[in-house]
Amino acid sequence: METAIKAINLTKRYGNFTAVDHINFEVYYGEVFAFLGPNGAGKTTTIKMLTTVTRPTEGTAIVGGYDVIKQPAKVREIIGVTPQEYTSDEDLTGWENLMLVAALYGIPKKEAKERAAELLDLVELSYAADRKVETYSGGMRRRLEIAMGLINRPIILFLDEPTLGLDAQTRAAIWDYVYRLRKQYGTTIFMTTHYLEEADRYAERIAIIDHGKILAIGTPKELKEKVGGDVITIEVSGDVNLARKVIEGIEGVTGVSVDGNTITFKVRNGNTAAPIILEALNKLSIRATSITIKEPTMDEVFLEFTGRRLRDEEGSSEDFMRFMRTIARARR
Amino acid sequence: MGMSTRLHPLHGLWSLTNRELAKWYKVPVILIISLIQPIVWLAFFGKSMNFATMFTNGLNIPGLNIPKQVIDEVAAEVLKANFGTTDYFSFLAVGMLSFITLFTSLQSGMSIVWDRRLGVLSKLLTTPVPRGNIIMAKVLNSMIRSLVQSTIVLIIAIMLGMKLNPSLNPLDVLGAYAALALMSMGFASLFVTLALRSTSWESQMAIMNLLNMPLMFASNSFYPVKSMPWWLKPIALINPLTYVNDINRQLLLGITGQSLVLDYAYLIAFAVIFSAIGVVLSWRYLSEA
Repeated sequence: METAIKAINLTKRYGNFTAVDHINFEVYYGEVFAFLGPNGAGKTTTIKMLTTVTRPTEGTAIVGGYDVIKQPAKVREIIGVTPQEYTSDEDLTGWENLMLVAALYGIPKKEAKERAAELLDLVELSYAADRKVETYSGGMRRRLEIAMGLINRPIILFLDEPTLGLDAQTRAAIWDYVYRLRKQYGTTIFMTTHYLEEADRYAERIAIIDHGKILAIGTPKELKEKVGGDVITIEVSGDVNLARKVIEGIEGVTGVSVDGNTITFKVRNGNTAAPIILEALNKLSIRATSITIKEPTMDEVFLEFTGRRLRDEEGSSEDFMRFMRTIARARR
Repeated sequence: MGMSTRLHPLHGLWSLTNRELAKWYKVPVILIISLIQPIVWLAFFGKSMNFATMFTNGLNIPGLNIPKQVIDEVAAEVLKANFGTTDYFSFLAVGMLSFITLFTSLQSGMSIVWDRRLGVLSKLLTTPVPRGNIIMAKVLNSMIRSLVQSTIVLIIAIMLGMKLNPSLNPLDVLGAYAALALMSMGFASLFVTLALRSTSWESQMAIMNLLNMPLMFASNSFYPVKSMPWWLKPIALINPLTYVNDINRQLLLGITGQSLVLDYAYLIAFAVIFSAIGVVLSWRYLSEA
């Protein structure tokens, strides 16, 4: 597969603080790639470097075949960006905002009108096209931002926290739009999020980033397997200690614990391991009264790689303030 | 992609300017409020500070029997020697054209701060629009607004009794507009440049308020440079307002002044140097806060 984005020792320092620390990764054409990490991990700084808004201190990145340092103007032409903060002009209408951005890409007026109409339709904002953006709700604004990011038919779309501060229903709707446009235009999508379940559900590959470093890259399934696989809980009737010994004897089983009649353990692939275990128990006439197989959550994956839970994180105060401001405006 | 060949170096400039103008003409209240100050100056100050009446009306020195005609002649000569005309109101009216232009141009710094604060700038920076065009759109907007507002002030001044040069021709008006436009270009560029890295609109307000009145009073807008104390004269002589007023009084009122070539050369240099600095610095400093 060809590379849409290739980061090579990409680094950004602000004074003594290293926001992004020599990261290397590749994003393939057509995939949905997510940067997962807490606030202040370096996600937004990375997006800013990839979108040529901020110059890397060290290293570089190739985006759509162009170097972000040497050919920033070329990169800007082929990417679409939906920054974390709202960027539309509140005093203009949704339509005027789209037409303005189209003009900045040098799209001829006639074509711009066609695309704007099509995009407003895609994000279901046609009915509000002639309303000032200041009257939009948070979800509407976010949808408009996505439409603005698509006006130049980008090869690669960057979404920085696309669902930040939105309610669950609106978040699902946003993802629906993102997937629809990918289907329609084959756009490569690079996004950042600190919502674990979103990364898990919508991204094809995830990079876990913390303190400016990438700690792991893979599909959600691969990352979960790296953590140690699925958690199986079996309730048995019969000799619990014998059952424990049988289970411990099976290859790939780790972390066995017993609580009353219940045995809990980890295994790489729960779905294939379960029948083997049941059969082994059966031979010794131990009957399983119930069995549950649980995949590890992204929360556990995150804990494994970073040593902390994402939910407890607040990030740097500046990032946090920006985050709160965006939320406040999203909720308005 | 082959797209870059299609992009004109000035692409996006007019769209960005139009965005700013739309905010202005869609809200006429802002236009009206911005006109209040110069009109108050003209109507209240200009109509009351009536030197011709002060010097002639009932002036009589006890013991000396000076004929009224002589007093009037002396007063006229004194006024001409100072203002180049006996009509102070018209003298002031020209000053008010540069006043409204200055005030409008100083606001250009605010608009870039708002673009940064409201996130619009971070979007503009991800598009292929040249950074210089983001700056120049603000400047162009200031220039257009300044000229429209100057025209309104001029019309109101004429209605209030401003007397234009009887042999005024369209070229004179064009020349006056050019002078105002050049000054606007220079000041707007300067203030946009100062605001390139700023996220604080309060500091921009402070700079505006700090500079607008001193710039007005350290120029020939209200009184001639020669009546200033020695320490103020050098400031007036580098102040672009002085040059604009000199041009406009010559062209619109027919008053004799210094060399027009010198005036225009100074204003062109002022406009070109500061806009060039703005464009160059925008490439480097507009990127990140």
